[in-house]
Amino acid sequence: MSDNGAAADASPPTDREYAEWLDALAGGDGFALVCPDGHGSLPPRRVCPECGSAELSREPLREAGTVETYSVVHVPSPRFADDAPYATAVVDFGPTRLTGIVRDGDHGRDATPEVEIGDRVAVGVGERVTDGERLVVFRPVDGE
Amino acid sequence: MTDVRVAGVGLTRFGSHPERTGRDLFGEAALRAFEDADVDRADVEELNYGNFMGALAEHQGHQAPLMAEAAGVRCPATRYESACASAGVAVREAVRTVAAGDADVVLAGGMERMTNLPTDEVTEGLAIAADDLFEVRAGVTFPGAYALMANAYFDAYGGSREDLAHVAAKNHANAVPNEYAQYREEVSVEEAMDAPPVAEPLHLYDACPITDGASALVLVSEEYAADRDLDASVAVTGTGQGTDRMALGDREHLARTPAADDAADAAYADAGIEADAVDVAEVHDCFTIAEVLALESLGLFEPGEGISAAREGVTTAAGDLPVNLSGGLKAKGHPVGATGGSQIAELTRLLRGDHPNSEHVPDAEVGVAHNAGGTVASAVVHVLEVAE
Ligand SMILES: [Zn+2]
Repeated sequence: MSDNGAAADASPPTDREYAEWLDALAGGDGFALVCPDGHGSLPPRRVCPECGSAELSREPLREAGTVETYSVVHVPSPRFADDAPYATAVVDFGPTRLTGIVRDGDHGRDATPEVEIGDRVAVGVGERVTDGERLVVFRPVDGE
Repeated sequence: MTDVRVAGVGLTRFGSHPERTGRDLFGEAALRAFEDADVDRADVEELNYGNFMGALAEHQGHQAPLMAEAAGVRCPATRYESACASAGVAVREAVRTVAAGDADVVLAGGMERMTNLPTDEVTEGLAIAADDLFEVRAGVTFPGAYALMANAYFDAYGGSREDLAHVAAKNHANAVPNEYAQYREEVSVEEAMDAPPVAEPLHLYDACPITDGASALVLVSEEYAADRDLDASVAVTGTGQGTDRMALGDREHLARTPAADDAADAAYADAGIEADAVDVAEVHDCFTIAEVLALESLGLFEPGEGISAAREGVTTAAGDLPVNLSGGLKAKGHPVGATGGSQIAELTRLLRGDHPNSEHVPDAEVGVAHNAGGTVASAVVHVLEVAE
């Protein structure tokens, strides 16, 4: 917690590697860190969390992922006060899963789509309606 | 190794105490535990105290010395934090300390003060038990995480909101006679179904309330109990703990809780029992789906079969395997850092025969307590047995 009072929730502590990972995701170059055994994870990592290997390479995420589970959240935390209701989902992208929000339009609550397990989605970066902070956003892939 | 006995248990009434400090709540629970145990405070050799969000709720870190003062003990005192399993890990270390012969008397338990915060700050506070970078910033709330598990469960094994509503109705019915419970009114399956959504498929009555409260246990060695002729008929015969990847999305299976599997396996091995020996259970039902996942990790039901246990009456008070006769976190309440100690206090009362719901388990000899942290990235399981 910071000394910034009410602004604290909107100003999460800096994490450079997370920010760089979001930059890559926003640029269409989303990646996972993968060990020689194929375990995928997300930065910052010095070793594979599954096997401890320090040989981690950046591997691109698949173009589209599969929704493994989802929930439409009606009671948000303060950081998402103006975003609710929104659909959060866990999506399999090959070497790793990602957690984020499913949106159909550019942003906003009106764009919360119907989600089903098994849906195919692409991943990018959007902004929270509440405060403009960046977050992981999934969008339905057309032509299933 | 020596046997560990529960000499005494103490609880505050769980509920809304926004104008009482944490030290007062824990002091009350400790006082009750000492009265119940008939043990001299001066004999306490360690205090193991669980608390999750005291720094947020009371601007109070370094709580262990404060709680030693509140309990009137002067001994090494340590705060344990493992989210909603904070008291579970505190009790586990107390059990291990006594079992190893390092102490004859340990005071263990926990406290949480929550209702003095606005609900949105509690939501934010509880969310810090999840991965901040890859879950909380992606919109995952505490109910939302369990909702993700519930939908994954329905997809993998089937089941419905109505099955979960039966878990809520069961636990609310169990809480009615419990003098320590926050909610002592019955809730029907229909009322649970009609309640507003929190994070679909979970609605209001699928979620535990926001609760203040404290728990305390006086744990002693078998020798200490015998020397002083204590009435300490219940033993902690097994303890186990498990850890999983922090973020739900990194788990092997989204509809199972392997950390609790590991904790249960270790606790059963420690006690030298199998799951089929269990007569009664207190499990971590912070959300209705969590009770289902707990029953399956404890080996009491096969994966996919726990969902119908309440609806079919197996786990109700009148059933073959009553679960959460205290009312559970669901109705008794969930003061996060106190819950793991409260479960063992309730199980002890059930096995001793002095719990208002003991009549439902008159012949019970083996009980199991399951306490989980976050979305079960942490889990603690204890086995309690009637020793004499
Ligand atoms: Zn690896």
